[in-house]
Amino acid sequence: MDPFRSTRGGGVKATLAAAEASLLRSLVAQVMDLIEPDAAKATDLDELEAILQADAAETPTDPVLARLLPDGYRDNPDAAGEFRKYTELSLRAAKYETAQAMLDSLPEQGGKLQLTQEQAQAWLKALNDVRLALGTKLGVAEDFEEQWDGLAAKDPRRTAFEVYAWLGAVQESLVRALW
Amino acid sequence: MSVAPAEVDLPRSADKPTPDKPWVTIVWNDPINLMSYVTYVFQHVFGYPKKKAEKLMLDVHHKGRAVVASGAREAMEHNVEVLHGYGLWATVHQD
Repeated sequence: MDPFRSTRGGGVKATLAAAEASLLRSLVAQVMDLIEPDAAKATDLDELEAILQADAAETPTDPVLARLLPDGYRDNPDAAGEFRKYTELSLRAAKYETAQAMLDSLPEQGGKLQLTQEQAQAWLKALNDVRLALGTKLGVAEDFEEQWDGLAAKDPRRTAFEVYAWLGAVQESLVRALW
Repeated sequence: MSVAPAEVDLPRSADKPTPDKPWVTIVWNDPINLMSYVTYVFQHVFGYPKKKAEKLMLDVHHKGRAVVASGAREAMEHNVEVLHGYGLWATVHQD
């Protein structure tokens, strides 16, 4: 991949290999599956009913989901539950739409990628959610490169660490291009 | 029909509204978000100049947390929602 460069008008451009485009597509789709708001809640029930559903107020037990949809209050479960009741559905919907916007602007076969400022913002957030999901799953620490080096040559997580490092480089180049 | 109680329990001090104690938005350190990204988000969401955004990011990184905004509770809850949208680990606190 050629790193992101800024374009006139506040957008960015880059070049993606076909395999990179397909990898991004699959990673973003996995995050979408995870955060997709419950179809019934999103369409059939009105907002008030959705708010009254007590299960929306609990911190997700899945660590990846808990990282993507964190508590809004710390050391205060009641306030955190209230906050979640009113915000989790819209946060899920926003993340889902952002991920969809990234997929919509991702060329299927790779190649030249041109993003408007708005699309670039979607990429920034959606890429970050993918990094959060993968990083949480891998249990990365600040010294993730040492963790990676410490894995045995045949450890299947080596590939995931490689992908995680690559995503970080993509994200870094996107931030720099937007500055 | 009701009778006024002879005694009224005074609210405990903890229950009193404390308008002098502002609410704050705190961002916590995490090992995944990039330093550049966190700085960018502070600039983009709060309109902070790069220097201030970088200082706050370094506070988060080195001290584990930083207060990034203060004000009314509703405004802080809104900040936290926006920051969660960016994947930052943010919470509301009363200072």
